[in-house]
Amino acid sequence: MDAILLQILNGIDKGSAYALIALGLTLIFGTLGVVNFAHGALFMIGAFVAVTIGKVLDISKITIDPEKVDFLGNPAKIRTPYVTDWFGDFGLWMIEWSVLVSVIVAIPVMILIGIIMERGLIRYFYNRPHADQILVTFGLAIVLQNIIKAIFGANPIPQSAPELLQGSVDFGVLVGMAENAVIYPLWRLVYFLFSMVLIGGVFAFLRFTTFGMVVRAGMADRQTVGLLGINIDKRFTIMFGVAAAVAGLAGVMYTPISPPNYPMGMDFLVLSFVVVVVGGMGSLPGAVLAGFLLGILESFASMPLIKDAIAAIGLPSIDQIIIYLVAVIVLLVRPRGLMGKAGMMED
Amino acid sequence: MTLMRDRTLLIIFALFVLAAPLIFAPTGAAYPDLLQRFAIYGIFAIGFNILFGLTGYLSFGHAAFLGIGSYSAVWMFKLLTMNIVPALLLSVLLAGLFSLLIGYVSLRRSGIYFSILTLALAQMSYNLAYSVLTPLTNGETGLQLRLDDPRILDAAGAVGTLPSTNLFGLEMKAVFWNPTIFGYDLQFNWGYYVTAAMLILSFWISIRIFRSPFGMMLRAVKTNQTRLNYTGINSRPYTLAAFVISGMFAGLAGGLLASMDPLAGAERMQWTVGGEVVLMVVLGGMGTLIGPILGAVFIKYFENIFSKINDTVLQGWFSFMPGWLDDFFVTIVSPFVGRGWGLTLGALFMIVVIFLPGGLVYGAKRIGSLLTGAKRREAKVEAM
Repeated sequence: MDAILLQILNGIDKGSAYALIALGLTLIFGTLGVVNFAHGALFMIGAFVAVTIGKVLDISKITIDPEKVDFLGNPAKIRTPYVTDWFGDFGLWMIEWSVLVSVIVAIPVMILIGIIMERGLIRYFYNRPHADQILVTFGLAIVLQNIIKAIFGANPIPQSAPELLQGSVDFGVLVGMAENAVIYPLWRLVYFLFSMVLIGGVFAFLRFTTFGMVVRAGMADRQTVGLLGINIDKRFTIMFGVAAAVAGLAGVMYTPISPPNYPMGMDFLVLSFVVVVVGGMGSLPGAVLAGFLLGILESFASMPLIKDAIAAIGLPSIDQIIIYLVAVIVLLVRPRGLMGKAGMMED
Repeated sequence: MTLMRDRTLLIIFALFVLAAPLIFAPTGAAYPDLLQRFAIYGIFAIGFNILFGLTGYLSFGHAAFLGIGSYSAVWMFKLLTMNIVPALLLSVLLAGLFSLLIGYVSLRRSGIYFSILTLALAQMSYNLAYSVLTPLTNGETGLQLRLDDPRILDAAGAVGTLPSTNLFGLEMKAVFWNPTIFGYDLQFNWGYYVTAAMLILSFWISIRIFRSPFGMMLRAVKTNQTRLNYTGINSRPYTLAAFVISGMFAGLAGGLLASMDPLAGAERMQWTVGGEVVLMVVLGGMGTLIGPILGAVFIKYFENIFSKINDTVLQGWFSFMPGWLDDFFVTIVSPFVGRGWGLTLGALFMIVVIFLPGGLVYGAKRIGSLLTGAKRREAKVEAM
């Protein structure tokens, strides 16, 4: 029981990232009908927003303290970050919680990047074949990736979670099991909760606001909404910004889990595509569901018990390829995906 | 008429390829290693063009076949003989089989779904090569020749040295002619001429396919598949055949890569490699005969040149300018060269996709017609 719970928990942090990226991909595909190969790059840019904020907050003034000497006998240098100089305790708090600051900064930045991307490039491709859309966003992904590489270098840059949220939580006790049965890193739990809030927020935004209603109407029938005198293009552009922000925030919060480096976006992108396809192209709940399902499935396939069972019936281990295998099977058996609408891109 | 023109094209192409060590000498790219890469990636791109250029099916998974070709070639070198003929045969055969399998699965869908499926399947093969298939692929280290390999057909060579790949005794690495022409120190080696022969053969096959009824059918798939289906033609056998052919070309390219340098690693199967061949074909001009080769040479050449340029070289270039302007230009240009080659490639690719969907070949045609005024004449005719 506890082993199963542990595997589910292990699966959900990756699953959350898949779900968030897939949600953004589906939003863009559902509204604008474009397959965005640069979406992984947005995830990566979000992560590097966090890196930048961390660095900016850490810019320090160096003062020399003549009283103390360091071990070489030189006067000791004391680094005081400017933010603590300016804001005192609040500055310290900001450095400690730089991830949170990054989240706040990332929202407008990512929305802006998304809108620039759509207005500057992607809108010229609505009337071109899908292959051209894939190619140009693929090129954009390469460019963005290399810009990040040129600025931040090729090595992963570790980021730390706030001290309060480092360490682990004894999850088993929370659900009434024995102590030390299910130990789980606290930050991953935070990541999961954060993604749930974000997903809930996007759904609520689409469901309960007038803006969201218009967007949903536009997804269902763009032309009619346009005929009613509503500027649907403008709203779709904003939705692109929202999708970019979702991917970016997923990236920001992922930095303490794995240190960001420039190819991370591409790695997640391939898997997110698979997630979107399994969930059903154009279905938002499908994307979220498939994200978590595949994340958990991946973690179950790497469970020793399952590995032994698979080895016992003479098959090689499949934990590395389970997601792709599932995608192939789903596409062949149920082409429209788990929750896809009939007829949606089914050719 | 077209037959004559094709024959002339093939002959000119063959002459150009055979004289490449001489032609590329002034550009500093005439060393065998790079020329071989030109030819091998040219073959890869020619094959990919038969699928993407003719049918419009955009596959991101062809790196898998390149990798399979390399692995099977190295296994032949390990088990059978260092002669490249059986190795290449097995590469083509195995890559063909795998592409039949992958093509059968992924061609059940079209459009975006096809791209994503091939991407997923290629990534799956890559992960397999890294993990489960380690006994076959040697995992992260990559498959290499060893001294204690059986090589049952070969006579025992000198003790303690690895044998090198050959074609009936002609060693791939051996330089058979080393003249100095026009002050350039030229190297003619067997490896390049083997790949060149393969390239010419591939080009010929590609011409034949382009002109055949089969090629016509593939173009019909690209133009309007629905209409084709309504005329009662099942297009899938044709697209599957195109997929397998392009997979076999990729396998041949992989086998040749291993023949030039007998090792194979899983990174050759990563989907970014498959993305690179897409770049080559689109950059050169998809659906044209010469475009893919042009794209392959272009990318590999500039990759080689650009990665060598560093800030010192740039300072030399801009040294005629006043100091501050010099620094300014160096700062502007330096992210695009050296290790920033990827940035240039990506930007160039985007520009081509946005402004020049027909690729370099189309661009050259446009410039050509501008120069000769053909367009104006055409316009005049239309106006009359």
